[in-house]
Amino acid sequence: MPTVSVKRDLLFEALGQKYTDEEFDELCFEFGLELDEITSEKEILIREQGGEKAEGASDVVLYKIDVPANRYDLLCLEGLVRGLQVFKEKLEAPRYKRVSPADGGEPQRLVITEETASVRPHAVAAVLRNITFTQERYESFIELQEKLHQNICRKRTLVAIGTHDLDTISGPFTYTAKPPGEIRFKPLSQSREYTAAELMSLYKTDSHLRHYLHIIENEPLYPIIYDSNGIVLSMPPIINGDHSKISLNTKNIFIECTATDLTKAKITLDMVVTMFSVYCDEPFTVEEAEVVYPDGRLSVYPELAYRTETLSGDFINKRVGINESAESIAQLLTRMCLRSEVSGEGDLIQVEIPPTRADVIHACDIMEDAAIAYGFNNIVRSTPRTYTVANQCSEEDIADKLRKNITETRAVHISNPKTADFQVARTSLLPGLLKTIAANRKMPLPLKLFEISDVVLKDETKDVGARNNRRLCAVYYNKSPGFEVIHGLLDRVMQLLDVKPGRNQGYHIQAAEDSTFFPGRCAEIFSCGKSIGHLGVLHPDVISRFELTMPCSAIDIDIEPFL
Amino acid sequence: MIFPVIVAQGESSMADNGLLESVLRLVEKVDGGTDSQDVAADLGVDHQVIVGAVKSLQALGEVISAEQKSSRHWELTGEGREIAEQGSHEARVFNAIPDEGLPQNQLMKMPSGKVGFSKAMSNKWIRLDKAHEGGPRVFKTVTIEDTVRDKLQLVQKGQSAKLEDKEKNELKKRKLLSEVTVKSYWITKGSSFSTTITKQETELTPEMIASGSWKEKKFKPYNFEAMGVAPDCGHLHPLMKVRTQFRQIFLEMGFTEMPTNNFIESSFWNFDSLFQPQQHPARDQHDTFFISDPALAHEFPQDYLERVKKVHSEGGYGSQGYKYDWKIEEAQKNLLRTHTTAVSARMLYKLAQQKFTPVKYFSIDRVFRNETLDATHLAEFHQIEGVVADYGLTLGNLMGILHQFFTKLGITKLRFKPAYNPYTEPSMEVFSYHEGLKKWVEVGNSGVFRPEMLLPMGLPEGVSVIAWGLSLERPTMIKYGINNIRELVGHKVNLQMVYDSPICRLDS
Repeated sequence: MPTVSVKRDLLFEALGQKYTDEEFDELCFEFGLELDEITSEKEILIREQGGEKAEGASDVVLYKIDVPANRYDLLCLEGLVRGLQVFKEKLEAPRYKRVSPADGGEPQRLVITEETASVRPHAVAAVLRNITFTQERYESFIELQEKLHQNICRKRTLVAIGTHDLDTISGPFTYTAKPPGEIRFKPLSQSREYTAAELMSLYKTDSHLRHYLHIIENEPLYPIIYDSNGIVLSMPPIINGDHSKISLNTKNIFIECTATDLTKAKITLDMVVTMFSVYCDEPFTVEEAEVVYPDGRLSVYPELAYRTETLSGDFINKRVGINESAESIAQLLTRMCLRSEVSGEGDLIQVEIPPTRADVIHACDIMEDAAIAYGFNNIVRSTPRTYTVANQCSEEDIADKLRKNITETRAVHISNPKTADFQVARTSLLPGLLKTIAANRKMPLPLKLFEISDVVLKDETKDVGARNNRRLCAVYYNKSPGFEVIHGLLDRVMQLLDVKPGRNQGYHIQAAEDSTFFPGRCAEIFSCGKSIGHLGVLHPDVISRFELTMPCSAIDIDIEPFL
Repeated sequence: MIFPVIVAQGESSMADNGLLESVLRLVEKVDGGTDSQDVAADLGVDHQVIVGAVKSLQALGEVISAEQKSSRHWELTGEGREIAEQGSHEARVFNAIPDEGLPQNQLMKMPSGKVGFSKAMSNKWIRLDKAHEGGPRVFKTVTIEDTVRDKLQLVQKGQSAKLEDKEKNELKKRKLLSEVTVKSYWITKGSSFSTTITKQETELTPEMIASGSWKEKKFKPYNFEAMGVAPDCGHLHPLMKVRTQFRQIFLEMGFTEMPTNNFIESSFWNFDSLFQPQQHPARDQHDTFFISDPALAHEFPQDYLERVKKVHSEGGYGSQGYKYDWKIEEAQKNLLRTHTTAVSARMLYKLAQQKFTPVKYFSIDRVFRNETLDATHLAEFHQIEGVVADYGLTLGNLMGILHQFFTKLGITKLRFKPAYNPYTEPSMEVFSYHEGLKKWVEVGNSGVFRPEMLLPMGLPEGVSVIAWGLSLERPTMIKYGINNIRELVGHKVNLQMVYDSPICRLDS
């Protein structure tokens, strides 16, 4: 869940109201946010780097707010305030408008060449005109890009955002891909030019940028955007050029998003422009830009698409479990930035989904918003009338499983374990029990442990190529091996399972050799003529390998035949 | 109580009934009790023997009552005892000298020679004639009184009070006396005092019952302060005890258990079938254990798979879809299931292949996450999940059933927070008010499965499926006050905790 950090006083100023921490926490809860932490820069520095480093740091109160992972429109102060203001009916949701350049000028144009196809084939763009930044707005603008990069952009693998001072560059812009040796420019916050290859090694040690290098590192061609004078705007998804960097004084911003996923690129661009067009001379308007594909197709961005869904009040009422008129449901939805009207036909409601609400993809998402606006905790809790009879789990295919030869199975291997303890899915319960004894050597003897649980075995006949096997394992650890104790346990288990001793229909044990056990002290267990496991005195080598010192006997059987 | 000397049981209680009776006779004579040290002095035996006798008498019941007390007194050291017997070194030297004197070198050869000589010299009991013919010679000067010996003999007789402190300290400095703390008993008559010892029986026997001899016997009292003998029994792991309770609750509510015996699952059932997009971060190597062998699942219900592909990449069933390039290669990847919802998906798909009947399902089993391990995170844990499928289920129904479920756990104060989950909409986090912490704490997650998940399976349009889940470890840790999850789960489990943990009653 993404966490957005906002200055409390700035937030309250924007909301036009002061809250106590408890009141604001309550509002968050109702709206589906979580006031995760109340802190300050100073406090964070003290915690992370100690008191000395925090000397002189700001102690302005910060709210850290957890935002649902699909609500990209709440990832900055501007979006949070807008969402909450509309929710509290203090503000009407703005309408975002795409406009052509003033004075009939040509729109900015981004031309994609075919070389990008192999590495990062998509790009979208837009322009924010006559924006006014303050220090806080500027910081929020940078922070939103970072939040989008971490979330919808999946750490820049799917989408990377570049923002540029349009007055320092001139279109049309070219988005192409070149061998790293042929790319050379002065990147952001550096004092000289580097080739792309040099940059990749320069950033190997950069705590922030090194995480993105892998995205293009092994590609023969690196993505790169030039202006009409050959000035580098950016080398996505790694770094922008220094030349076009934005500052507090920037008035006109060219935004480009390059991507491997076009849908996400469009959403990302919509988010950036809808959130920050509020600071344009003409608020909530965004100047269009054209993107030309290698095949000559031309698209105009940002899409800022509004979509209308029609659904009935009855649908909402029935799914949520409330009984509201179509009008009041329309009002609930409008409070969630989904401008809604009763259509006049029966109880049908027309719901307009704005470009900020990319998370709304189905009527069920609208239904949820109605429920949130109604208040989850205002909904009457009722018991479903669903009549069912309970059953405990029974194994249906036991006979089938019995026919398989256990000895043919092999372990299932895990490809990405974080520690050596997780290399394979366990095929036996015995090591776990022996480790447990090793960790509990201080306990009085004898130790008698058992586990009935699943192990995992490869099995070609299953769709995933593996299956679980339910096993019983028990160990007896004492000054003497206690084979008779373990043997007695087998007898007792079989007695409880109503399996009588005997060669054919019952169970019996017979001498066997198994490397886990001491030679001559191991027997194989048969039930109804099928081998189900072993029992015996553990081999001294096994005992020492688990750092144990006493004799130990054990039984390990498949219990699926008896389930 | 710990005594300075352990008296062998046989000696004190059995062999010496005579001594016990002597002690009792002495106690009988005095009103108001007597000190065990005085008893020892009277009977002329070592005090520790009397201490043993007192303990034996105490074990007989209320014959005597004995109160422990401690006192300080003066005692002779080894050297002090020798002097009390044979006289002080200086006196011994003095007495060894005949009237005609003794050559000094000969005197020095005596056992007390050196010490006695210098002490007698300083007392001026003797004089040394260095110029004597044939070598230095020692002569007596006066007649003497051996006061050191006299004083020590007083102490030996228990009359140290007659000496002045200065004198005692002087003797202490000479290492002839030491001050010791003695633990003794103040012995008084008990409620069943008698001067004869009756042997007490330890236990009732079949013979006593048969002969009726129990009527005349005295029985040794039980020590009700002691713990009983621990029964020889097995112990269930707390997690299993809590699991049993949850299972019971589901069964009481009419839920059927799902077969969860498939830890290895394909990405298809674990994610795709749940409408969880292929770029979702949960599908990252950092969050999920992928399988290298067998790496891929090879069998899917083909037409269902096509419908899943379509709803992800293009939408349908009223949905816009995620509009990305859905790849079968991603869906085939095997993994260790990250949630039991994968099982629920298989069960719901199976349900959709038959004529629909309402169902209530539950499961409690292991799931796996590629977490960095710490005190609250493990790479595997147990998930508890409940699922209800029926026509016309509402969000209010979900809250109602959650209310019933948690009421059975003893949790009645619930509230719900809107949340996000890729496969449920609406999604709600369940919070309960924790009376101890005085705040709302999250106890589970819940939601209504998305139509994009249910309709491709083939479930009828009007059917809603509500579901919720929680972990088994968290309530168990809270229930049994365990702070480190590694003490609860895995081979580092503390067996003493397993032995000692009480039965699980979730509603208390």
